[in-house]
Amino acid sequence: MNFFKYLSDPLINENPVMVQILGLCSALAVSRSMEPALIMAMSVIAVLVFSNVVISLLRSVIPRSIRLILEVIIIASAVIVVDELIKTFAVEVSEYLSVFVGLIITNCIILGRAEAFALGHGPLDSFADALGNGLGYAFVILIVSAARELLGAGSLFNVNLLPLLEDGGWYRPNQLMLYAPSAFFLIGFLIWGVRSMHIFQVNKSTHRLPRHL
Amino acid sequence: MSSFLDIVLRAMFVENLALVFLLGMCTYLAVSRKVETALGLGLAVIAVQTITVPINNLVYQMLLAPGAMAWAGLGEIDLSFMKFVTFICVIAASVQILDLLLERYAPVLHRALGIYLPLLTVNCAILGGSLLMVQRHYSFVESLAFGLGSGAGWALAIIIFAALRERLRLCDAPGGMDGLGLAFVVTGFLALGFMGLSGLVS
Repeated sequence: MNFFKYLSDPLINENPVMVQILGLCSALAVSRSMEPALIMAMSVIAVLVFSNVVISLLRSVIPRSIRLILEVIIIASAVIVVDELIKTFAVEVSEYLSVFVGLIITNCIILGRAEAFALGHGPLDSFADALGNGLGYAFVILIVSAARELLGAGSLFNVNLLPLLEDGGWYRPNQLMLYAPSAFFLIGFLIWGVRSMHIFQVNKSTHRLPRHL
Repeated sequence: MSSFLDIVLRAMFVENLALVFLLGMCTYLAVSRKVETALGLGLAVIAVQTITVPINNLVYQMLLAPGAMAWAGLGEIDLSFMKFVTFICVIAASVQILDLLLERYAPVLHRALGIYLPLLTVNCAILGGSLLMVQRHYSFVESLAFGLGSGAGWALAIIIFAALRERLRLCDAPGGMDGLGLAFVVTGFLALGFMGLSGLVS
């Protein structure tokens, strides 16, 4: 029963990006178009699931005092594998993602879930939690990148949907969407939406939002 | 010498780590409610970045880069895939050493930086700085300039943002927008402003 709760909670209600405010850097930086965003989301899910399950399996043998460095090394090993895979099978995307694959190591979702969840739960629950949080991250990054690619280049997954002015169509792409500030605006508005939903929820006492942030 | 200044200015304004590369956002949003703490964190980032980027540069050139082990007669070895683990360990170690040194020799500064110093180990601006340095093939001196400039740029961004945010507390925003949503939109405008500096260094 808990399995599905751990899996579904982080999708919206406890979304790592919009509610827990974790893992923002890559969510903002690689969301310019959908293809790299999808690959990034898959990498984060893979690393998150691997590290959460491994740390959960090792939780009784890891000494408390050096747990952070061990966790970081486990995460970094997973990231090395993912990085080599992307370099092998998706060369162009790996150039676009540049340093951001390596920066999965310092993505706070991964260390945050390891610290807050995997150290205190069994491997099956940790798997559900990791998958849920990974999908929650993927959800946000895909929405943002869809909006940015559609409005900024008139296409999704490099397939043109809005006929561009320069090709004889009617759509003039919004160049701003291709630059960094638009990611802030879009995620800001997403947070606005999600938090307004929370405020109007009847069952208010079960969720305490970090209002101070 | 002019190229040193070039790299510093470019890393600080044109390629600002926080507002153009969007690195270190978690800390940026979490620790920017007061100018005072933002200032402390900014100083810590400058110090750590100026130390770790050149050290990682040396480590990369001497040990990890393809053919770097030629001095030990192992010219054909390419350890560059180990850079993630190595860099994060170098960063963790230098942060720890800096923490101890400051505690011993500059207790006032140490108290001002508080818990932010150890947290910098998992700040992506720090690791990102080192990874960008590798990607751009900086020499040792250039990496020193890049570390200094990018750290100072990040500090500048968070201090400006903290100052804006102190004012934002007084404004009356709609329910769900209050706080974090507004912080994002304001950062967006700040990033737009920094885009205007993109022609500063040719």
